Amino acid sequence: MHGYALGEARHSGERDCSANGGKINSRRRQDEETNLKRLGVWTVALATLAGAGAWAADLHAAGATFPAPIYQKWFQEYKRQHASVQVNYQSIGSGGGIRQLTAGTVDFGASDAPMTDSQMAEIKGFQVLHFPTVMGAVVPTYNIPGVSQELKFSGETLAGIYLGKITRWNDGSIAKENPGVKLPGAGIIVTHRSDGSGTTFVWSDYLSKVSPEWKSKVGANTSLNWPVGLGAKGNEGVAGLVKQTPNSIGYVELIYAVQNKMGYGLVKNAEGIFVKADLAGVTAAAAGAAKSMPADFRVSITDAPGKTSYPISTFTWLLIPDRISDAAKREDLKAFLKWMLSDGQGYCAGLSYAPLPHQVVAKEMKQIERIQ
Amino acid sequence: MAAPASIAASPQGETRTIRQRLRGGDPVAHLLTMLVAGTVLLLTVLLVYQLWIQSADARHAFGFGFLWSMDWDPNAGKFGALPFVYGTLVTSALALLISVPLGVGAAIFLAELAPPRWSSVLTFLVELLAAVPSVIYGLLAIFTLVPMVRDWLGPALEDTLGFLPWFKGPIYGVGVMTAALILAVMTFPYIISISREALLSVPREQREAALAVGATKWESTWDAVVPFARLGILGSVFLSLARALGETMAVTMVIGNDPKIAASLLAPGYTIASVIANEFTEATGKLHLSALILLGLVLFLITMILNAAARLLIVATTRPGAAK
Repeated sequence: MHGYALGEARHSGERDCSANGGKINSRRRQDEETNLKRLGVWTVALATLAGAGAWAADLHAAGATFPAPIYQKWFQEYKRQHASVQVNYQSIGSGGGIRQLTAGTVDFGASDAPMTDSQMAEIKGFQVLHFPTVMGAVVPTYNIPGVSQELKFSGETLAGIYLGKITRWNDGSIAKENPGVKLPGAGIIVTHRSDGSGTTFVWSDYLSKVSPEWKSKVGANTSLNWPVGLGAKGNEGVAGLVKQTPNSIGYVELIYAVQNKMGYGLVKNAEGIFVKADLAGVTAAAAGAAKSMPADFRVSITDAPGKTSYPISTFTWLLIPDRISDAAKREDLKAFLKWMLSDGQGYCAGLSYAPLPHQVVAKEMKQIERIQ
Repeated sequence: MAAPASIAASPQGETRTIRQRLRGGDPVAHLLTMLVAGTVLLLTVLLVYQLWIQSADARHAFGFGFLWSMDWDPNAGKFGALPFVYGTLVTSALALLISVPLGVGAAIFLAELAPPRWSSVLTFLVELLAAVPSVIYGLLAIFTLVPMVRDWLGPALEDTLGFLPWFKGPIYGVGVMTAALILAVMTFPYIISISREALLSVPREQREAALAVGATKWESTWDAVVPFARLGILGSVFLSLARALGETMAVTMVIGNDPKIAASLLAPGYTIASVIANEFTEATGKLHLSALILLGLVLFLITMILNAAARLLIVATTRPGAAK
């Protein structure tokens, strides 16, 4: 606007020098018209640019970062196959997703941890339905100079290390689980996530299940009051710190470890078997937990029963309102959910996510009908 | 706008209207710039207002106790600012302790002693340093400073000064000392760049007068030029302090993010800016979020208090009639 006014002043200045006032007026009007037209063109151009993101998107969603790659893939593929539906997903973190859903600024949310009762109570006008979408796992990773074997950990040992009670690598409880491995007497340097994270939630949820002391002293959450250890930001931060620090231990998402070809330890499951995390083991954990699955899917699948179940596994959820007043949006969303639970699951393995077991899919299909 | 009829009358009339128009521009310019300046004030007020409103839950729950509570337990709903305030102040102070003497020294060399060709090349490089994003400094710190502190600086400090409580305990590489070192590197270019400008703007006569009464080059620099540029140099220090207090990314990458107050500078710590950046996105509890915003308010107040103290210091040390 400022530039426009300046331009006009300069033009009128030039015209002041010529003699004929009437001509000036008409020319000025013309000038102003072209200026206005130019302004109009710019406005339309800018609006188109801004609108490319906003107007074309039919559905808005926000939330967890962990499943963001597969969600983007799904939304993209679904749009390709069903041209009418575009979902605009912002991976701003589970907490942000829940906040935006509560404030009503998005059509649906996504979270790595199920919503708590008090969070559900804050939402007015609709109930939130939890839809598990894919699964992930968290693995312990370590850097001990001179030890190249894969170490085995029980949940109690991991809790002991993270509580600061097991302080040396050659501690009896670690040595007992790893016969034949020559462990150094060096102090254990514990590392953990410093940013609030679903990864931390799963890790601490598992430790809470296997260690009463962890449960009472620390508990499970996305951010914690850690008894010991160094914090680093993100999977890459923890992985980097562990790689750099001799005699350290940390935890990262399975996907991150696989994609970066990191070594990681085995964890003892509920049946007493040491399992190395892989996608099949994660799906097995969900299948093991399916029998006791509550109707609202707000369930932790850490320490799940089953011989092949990997114990530090988790769902990640879409948070869908059970009442959507816009009929077009509602039908689009329901159709997308059905596609996600059937064809969509086929994209999981390519991106290193574990697909849902069929028992869970069947239950979720029923829940879709609750959206009205 | 001027009437076209009178313009056409005479060339003299035309010059008058132009002058009139120019004179008429003054109030407009005055108003416009005042509005622009006013938005700064408005933004500050809005910022404080928002921080105040949004932190209501935490303020009601903890009151002033928030400032000296050591707990930070999102699970138990207990929040306290002291470890973060401590970490913020200690890292910033330590960083300035390192960067101010080095930075001012470098500025004196560049402005007064260096051959002009050297000076311009070095100044260009220094200004380049100021433009490097902080995440790059963070990476640099992770890959070079952390191993350096862990394997070399930490053990060296412990061997020589280990009898002091500040250099005792396990050395992880990440920690308060490492964060302070990277902050020193980051504030360094600001101090050099602004101090150098201040030194260059000292009038020639000041140097010549000192030389004329028989001062050496160094005496003229130290006794006549540096005191004259004192305000500019202090300004650079406080700008650096502000930068150090608010730095988030590079610090969080190397400080260890542990909200405890340890005597040792080699132990991990935490700063206000880091904890906000780390926990804000996933803070689901109302009180947790509110406590993080209250921490933001505390950081704002710390910055205000330190800035006010800086002003007072300048006023107190300026003799009446001295150069400002």
